[in-house]
Amino acid sequence: MSDHTALDQDTLEMLKDVMEDGFNDLIMTYLTDSEVRVAALAEAIKSQDSEAVRREAHSLKGSSGNIGATGLAGLCLVVEHKGRDGDLCGLEENLSDIRAAFAIISDSLKALLN
Amino acid sequence: MTEQSNLKILIADDTDTDRLILQTIVSKEGHQVICARDGVEAVEQFEKERPDIVLLDALMPNLDGFGAARQIKELAGEELIPIIFLTSLTETESLVKCLDAGGDDFLQKPYNRVILQAKIKSFNRMREMHRTMLEQRDQIQIHNNHLIQEQTVAKQVFDNVAHSGCLDAANVRHYLSPMAVFNGDVLVAALRPSGSMMVLLGDFTGHGLPAAIGAMPLASTFYGMVQKGFALSDILREINQKLKSILPVGVFCCATFLEVDFHERTVTAWNGGLPDCLIYRPKTGTVDHIKSKHLPLGVLSNIQMKVDCLHFELDPGDKVYMWSDGIHEARDGAGEMFGEERLLNTFHNSNNKPSLFDDVMAAVQGFIGDNEADDDLSLVEIEMVAPEEVSSKSMPSYSTEGPGLMEWRLQFEILPSTIRYFDPLPLLLNIVTEVPGLRSHSGSLYTILAELYSNALEHGVLGLSSELKASPEGFAEYYAQREERLANLQNASINFAISHDTRENGGNLTIKVKDSGKGFEYDNKLLDLSSKKGYCGRGIPLIRTMCESLKYLGNGNEIEVVYSWRSDR
Repeated sequence: MSDHTALDQDTLEMLKDVMEDGFNDLIMTYLTDSEVRVAALAEAIKSQDSEAVRREAHSLKGSSGNIGATGLAGLCLVVEHKGRDGDLCGLEENLSDIRAAFAIISDSLKALLN
Repeated sequence: MTEQSNLKILIADDTDTDRLILQTIVSKEGHQVICARDGVEAVEQFEKERPDIVLLDALMPNLDGFGAARQIKELAGEELIPIIFLTSLTETESLVKCLDAGGDDFLQKPYNRVILQAKIKSFNRMREMHRTMLEQRDQIQIHNNHLIQEQTVAKQVFDNVAHSGCLDAANVRHYLSPMAVFNGDVLVAALRPSGSMMVLLGDFTGHGLPAAIGAMPLASTFYGMVQKGFALSDILREINQKLKSILPVGVFCCATFLEVDFHERTVTAWNGGLPDCLIYRPKTGTVDHIKSKHLPLGVLSNIQMKVDCLHFELDPGDKVYMWSDGIHEARDGAGEMFGEERLLNTFHNSNNKPSLFDDVMAAVQGFIGDNEADDDLSLVEIEMVAPEEVSSKSMPSYSTEGPGLMEWRLQFEILPSTIRYFDPLPLLLNIVTEVPGLRSHSGSLYTILAELYSNALEHGVLGLSSELKASPEGFAEYYAQREERLANLQNASINFAISHDTRENGGNLTIKVKDSGKGFEYDNKLLDLSSKKGYCGRGIPLIRTMCESLKYLGNGNEIEVVYSWRSDR
């Protein structure tokens, strides 16, 4: 599980450097946005909408990757592929992995805020 | 760097964090950022803000990146608006889809700041290059339109100068490519006061304006001098002199100059650098060549220039063909030239049909086929006909208004050095036609003066026998003797005494011509008889019909004619 919660320090350093004062905003935006996406993903899985599953997982993968949460992005990629292939087996399990990872990452990121 | 500052960049991404990161990176580079949250918004913002570069997320709600890219490219029209797809897609198929939709490049997530900057910079360069290209293309288009407009006007001016002549005469057919003047081809034709026709076909080196400009002085000199009755050699020298002084080195005019005499049924020809002209004789099916024996006009100074001509006798129905090298050098699809051999074959296969002109045109155009690349054909056909059949709508007309030279006499004597090189006829004709009312008689007056002068010179001073001219061999011999005797001429003179008296509604012009020759036995009483003996070849019967009176004086080395005219109004 620990590899899914890792945060790439180089990426975070780069973001701090680029965003300067905007770094806090970026993290907060990521957290808010991701909560919405995780909820939307859960809804899509519940309603067995494979296209929505693919789209939500894809978005979460992209923003997580950009923030340095590469492990979480990897979890999302698995779900994105399942959505694309219309393979809806075991998605509940994937979702709980994502939720768990996001919770830890969320704490780690909040710790970085000034 | 100034080249990439102040760009307007549209960022369309539905993920807030991604948009935030991109927006921050891009604005830190000094660009203005416009944001959109989906494809529909992206298209709306594009229309409103007209950004320079667009960054598009591939997967977005409402309208995805592919659809937005298509609409934006369509709205951009000719302008190059680089679209960079923001994507975490990695499958080849998806990336191809981005390009198919009009994307110019990708930016992979997670974003790399350095690569993004490099891409913006490079696409901005491409965008500016494209804009420069469009501007230059438009400029070329404007210049080209301008040039064509100028050429059209120039062609109108040229046509007014060049085509005031007698190209419309019934015995002349010609073809010039529509914009031939800008290929450097020029064709002018006019009738001399004597009734003979002068035709000049010229081909200037080069193309376009430099080639066309020389045609103007050529045409105006030609028409001015032909109308005043100057001889072919004088006109050639004058044109040569003009061209030599105005054209840059390396620009000159290959030309053929013909004088067709419908009374004598002869052609006098000078060819400087154009392909052989052909004389086609339908009765015998034979073809004579008028070869180039001279350098083109505008090359040599008048001192070095030779104006000796070739002389040919023609029967009615015989035709002379002139062309520029456009016909010989016309190419087919494979690049092969039409050439002289094919041209001569057209003549040999013609079987005396009257349609030779059309046959030649058809042969050349059939050979070229659809290959219209070199369209600068010039072709002229002149048929030997009876003098009265040569008619042109554009005969010169003169007003006879106003007072002028009325009662006067002049004495004019020319001596050997002048006789050898100078044609006094235009000078005398110009004085005589200063008399109001006589200008419209210039054709008759020229004929009279010319006959009297050539009799005085050739039979009186040079002692040539007109009987020589009866056969083609003698004809050549006659001209050879004329050249030789002129060159060795000494102690000779020809004297003109011309006077004019007015009568009611007209006047009498008395012309006396006296030569230093030994004269001949004449009988003025026999002049009224149409006997050819003795006066044959001297054009006397013709002059007799034109004048009030004609009589020989002294030893027969002096003649006096009175030309009587009345105003018809």
